[in-house]
Amino acid sequence: MAVDMNMNVLIVDDYKTMLRILRNLLKQLNFNNVDEATDGTMAMEVLGQKDFGLVISDWNMEPMTGIQLLRLVRADDKLKHLPFVMITAESKSENVIAAKEAGVSNYIVKPFNAATLRSKLVSVLGEF
Amino acid sequence: MPTRKPAPKNKPTAAKKAAKAVSSVKASGVKAKAAPKAVSPGKPRPGITGARKAAKVVGKVMASVKGAVHNEADIFSELEKLAAYIQDAKKEIAALRPQEVKEDFLPRASDELDAIIGATADATNAIMDATEIVEDVMAGLKDKPADQLMTATTAIYEACTFQDITGQRITRVVQTLQDIESKVDGLLTAFDTGEGKATKIKTLKKKPEKKEITDADLLNGPQDADKATSQAEIDALLASFD
Repeated sequence: MAVDMNMNVLIVDDYKTMLRILRNLLKQLNFNNVDEATDGTMAMEVLGQKDFGLVISDWNMEPMTGIQLLRLVRADDKLKHLPFVMITAESKSENVIAAKEAGVSNYIVKPFNAATLRSKLVSVLGEF
Repeated sequence: MPTRKPAPKNKPTAAKKAAKAVSSVKASGVKAKAAPKAVSPGKPRPGITGARKAAKVVGKVMASVKGAVHNEADIFSELEKLAAYIQDAKKEIAALRPQEVKEDFLPRASDELDAIIGATADATNAIMDATEIVEDVMAGLKDKPADQLMTATTAIYEACTFQDITGQRITRVVQTLQDIESKVDGLLTAFDTGEGKATKIKTLKKKPEKKEITDADLLNGPQDADKATSQAEIDALLASFD
């Protein structure tokens, strides 16, 4: 099934600069409907406002971290199947295992490049 | 908090599978890792010498108490030496002006690091402002020029991620400085050097052994480049769950 490039994508990061970078890279991949949140709490609020097709989140945020956001998403009946990609500098094996156990769709370690971002989104969403 | 379920018999645990996956990638030479650096013995630090001397004196005291030949005079003599060493240590600490370290040096260092984060963020945003203008121009172009500009702007965005990584690293340094500040505070109180305010003594407790991984354990920030897990290793780790 073709990927809906008009889907709403939520990017979550406490660094505004990183949000801007992600937004621009997603725009270059033709994802134009991108919303932003600066921590897990705000992300849950935004997720409740409209339908999203993808969440891309950082891990290390306050007060709610990315892994806590992921657990909330997976525990929510409406959101539990939402593709969730973690993009983080936390690259220890225990982090990856914890994220996988929490139901992460894919995991990208920072610093990353556009090719890696694209390939991980393809593996989660399908070819676009 | 993530808890580990007991693994069924004859089925490898997630951790074992993970370790196998990572070692498999490492064996394949996907990313060569630098050998760990040898620990240099280095020069003895001031203060450590004093602590060793004090420990030596305490050892002597204990030996004189436990030994066959002992009397009160020996014990008092050794205790006097111990007291003298403690007084010397207090003087040395006072000479280091820990209050100044706490109230001046550490906050200044912390402010400087915060300024670095701000400056790099400003610079990164300025670079992206310019890049977005290039992208607007690119929209009016076709074929090779458009492709070339797309490649260039993508490379600029990728490079700009340095700000996030350096920001996280600097934040960790600032947190370390805050830890040092609280330790200096405890030192001032414990030794009562005369220049510190009297705050409650902070006892340094050993961390209890970790039985399960908590969310706090998973907030480590960026790893050193020679120790960091590569994207290929993470991919292998994720694939090991399938």
